[in-house]
Amino acid sequence: MAELMYWEAVRRAHDEEMAHDPLVICMGEDIGVAGGTYKATKGLYEKYGPDRVIDTPISENGFTGLGIGASFLGVRPIIEIMSVNFAWLAMDQIFNTAAKVRYMSGGQLEAPIVVRSPGGTAHQLGAQHSARMEKVFMGVAGLRVVTPSTPKQAYGLLKSAVRCADPVFINEHELMYNLKGEVPDGEYFHPLEGSEVVREGRDVTLFGYNISVHWALQAAGVLSREHGIEAEVVDLFALNPLDRAGIAASVARTHRAVIVEEAEPAVGVGSEVMAILNEECFFELDAAPLRVSAVNVPIPYNRSLEKAALPTARDVVEAVLAQFSR
Amino acid sequence: MDAADKKRLLREMLYARRFEERCYEAYVERKIGGFLHLYPGQEACAIGVLEAARPGRDYVITGYRDHVHAIKCGADPREVMAELFGKETGSSKGRGGSMHIFDVKHRFMGGYALVGGPFPLAAGIAKALKLKGEEEIAICFLGDAANNQGTFHEALNMASLWQLPVLYVCENNLYGIGTRIDRSTAVVEQYKRVCGYDIPAAQVDGQDIEKVYAAAREAVAHVRSGKGPYFLELLTYRYRGHSMSDSNAYRAKEEERQWSKRDPIIMLRDRLIEAGQLSAEEYREMDTGILEEIEQEVIPFAERSPEPKVEELERYVLADNDPWVHGGAR
Ligand SMILES: Cc1ncc(C[n+]2csc(CCOP(=O)(O)OP(=O)(O)O)c2C)c(N)n1
Ligand SMILES: [Mg+2]
Repeated sequence: MAELMYWEAVRRAHDEEMAHDPLVICMGEDIGVAGGTYKATKGLYEKYGPDRVIDTPISENGFTGLGIGASFLGVRPIIEIMSVNFAWLAMDQIFNTAAKVRYMSGGQLEAPIVVRSPGGTAHQLGAQHSARMEKVFMGVAGLRVVTPSTPKQAYGLLKSAVRCADPVFINEHELMYNLKGEVPDGEYFHPLEGSEVVREGRDVTLFGYNISVHWALQAAGVLSREHGIEAEVVDLFALNPLDRAGIAASVARTHRAVIVEEAEPAVGVGSEVMAILNEECFFELDAAPLRVSAVNVPIPYNRSLEKAALPTARDVVEAVLAQFSR
Repeated sequence: MDAADKKRLLREMLYARRFEERCYEAYVERKIGGFLHLYPGQEACAIGVLEAARPGRDYVITGYRDHVHAIKCGADPREVMAELFGKETGSSKGRGGSMHIFDVKHRFMGGYALVGGPFPLAAGIAKALKLKGEEEIAICFLGDAANNQGTFHEALNMASLWQLPVLYVCENNLYGIGTRIDRSTAVVEQYKRVCGYDIPAAQVDGQDIEKVYAAAREAVAHVRSGKGPYFLELLTYRYRGHSMSDSNAYRAKEEERQWSKRDPIIMLRDRLIEAGQLSAEEYREMDTGILEEIEQEVIPFAERSPEPKVEELERYVLADNDPWVHGGAR
C-alpha cells in the first residue's frame, strides 16, 4: 500500500476511470489547463485532451445541467464545483433534474453524474467561502451523498460513484487535500452505503463524517488516556442513505452516542442520527444523545471568532464527560 | 414537401388540436389533475420543426407544454393520455404527469417544469453526441419567457464555445403566463439576443407551417453539418390560458381575434383547398376520423389502464441492485 495525499487519491481515481471508460469525462472551473484548484485533475488535460477534460465557464448551474444532459446518453461526467458554496447555484439542476429524472420518467432516464466539491471551513475565507452543505444535499431523494474522511475513501468512493448509475454528490474538504493515508495499490471500489467502525470501544459511540471523524478520533484518544473511557468511533462516509443498521448496532453495544458535525446543528447529520437512534434503539440508551456542532452563525473572518464558531475535539470530550456526569 | 406531405402535416396538426381539446375536457371531468398546459395555436411549431428533423432519432427536449412534441417524436398518444390520467401504462408510468412526458425509446428526452431547465440539458445531450461522434442532433423547444433565465445564457455560451450540435427553438407566444413579453424583456425580438453568443439565428412566422418547415430545414442542416448551434425563433400564440387555472384575463380580446385569423390549421387547410389538393369534404372526414380515434382508442385506453401499484411507490428513486453501491460485482 502506498501513502497518498487526499488530492492524489482523487486524481488517481479520475485517471483510472478515464482510462477505463472513454465516456468518463471531467469538467469544472480551472480543472484542465490549470490542473484544478486542489490538483484533483492535474495532468489529465494533457493526457485526455480538451474534449474530455473540460474547462468550463463560471456557470455552475449551466455546466452541471450540461453534464446531466450528457449523462442521459451514457456519458459519465465527474463535475467539480470549485467550492461547495458555489453549489447553491447548481442546486436547480442537481435537485430538480439529476435527483428526479429517473423517478419522473418512470425509470426511462438516469443521470449517472458525480458532483465533487470541497466543503467545510478552511482558514479565514469568510462567510461566503466557508459553508458546510452536506446537510442540504443529504435530504434529497434520488441523490446519493458520500463524504470521504481518508485518502482511501476519497479514492474508492469516487471510483464507485463514477460507475454507479445514480447521481452521487461527494463532499470533500478544503483542509483535507494534503492529508496523507494509505491507499490500496490495486483498484479498489469503496461501498457507497454503510458506515465504518474506525475505533472500537465499549463506553460511547462518537459518530463523525469527513473531517469530524478526525476530531472524534482525537477526542477518543483523550478520553481513553485521561478518563478511562473507551469510545467507539463510527465514520458515516455515506450521508444519503444513512446506515440505520450500523448506527443502531454501535449504540446497542455502547449505549451512548455523541454526533460530531462541522455544520450548524439545525436539520443536520446530528439531528438525523438522533432521530434514527430514537426510532431504532431508544431503549438501548443510557444517556441522552448529544450533538457537537458549529455555532449557528455565518462563518466570521476574524481568526478567533472563526475558531469559536467551530467544534473541536475538546468539545467532544466535554460532551462525553457530561454523559457520564463528570 | 408534396401535397401528400402537406395533408399529413395538416392531419398531425388537427390531431394535436383535438387531442389537446380532449385533454381540456378530461381535466374538467377531473380525469386529469395537476397543472395542464395546452398547445392549441402553436401546433405548427413543434410539428413543422420536427418534420424538418428526424423525429424518433434526433433527441428532443422541452418544457411542460410537451404533449405534442412527444407525439411528433413517435410517442403513442394513448400512452400520453394514460400518463395524464396517472396510469401505469402512461409514458412515464404515471409518475410524471402532463409536465413530465418521457419517451426515451423515441428519443423524447422529456418535459421539464423548471422554466429554462432544459437549455443546459440539451447542450449536454449535444456534447454526448459530439463525443460519441454520432450524427443525430439535440433539439430544445422552450418559450420566450424562458430566455430570461440564466440557464439560457449559460447554455448558449457553452453551446457556441464548444460548437455543440444543438438547435434551440424559441416558441415566442408573447407571454410568460400573464406577463406580456415587452413588460418582462428588454429585447423583445428573441433572435437578436443570441448574437452575443455568435450563434446564427432566424425569426419566422410560427403560424405558417410551410415557413416553419423551410426555416427549420436550414437550421437543422446547419447543426447537423457540424457548424455548431442554431437559434430559431417562431412567432406564435397560445389560444388558451397558460394552464387550466389561467383565464387569460390579461389579454386584449382584439389581440386574440387577430391571432385566431392566422390559425396554423386553417391556413394550411385553405391553402390546400385553394390549390385543389383537398376538398372540404375530405377535411371533415379527416376531422371525424381523428375525433373517433381519440374517443374510441385513446380515451378508453387511458380510462381502462391500471393505476400504478402503491407497493411500487419507492421504485425508480435509485437504480435497482446497482453493484457499485456495494463496491462492485461480488
Ligand atoms: C424556475 C421557474 N420559475 C417560475 C415558474 C412558473 N412558470 C411556469 S411557466 C411560466 C412562464 C413561462 O413562459 P414561456 O417560457 O414563455 O413559456 P410558455 O408557457 O409561454 O410556453 C412560469 C413563470 C417555473 N415553472 N419555473
Ligand atoms: Mg411564452
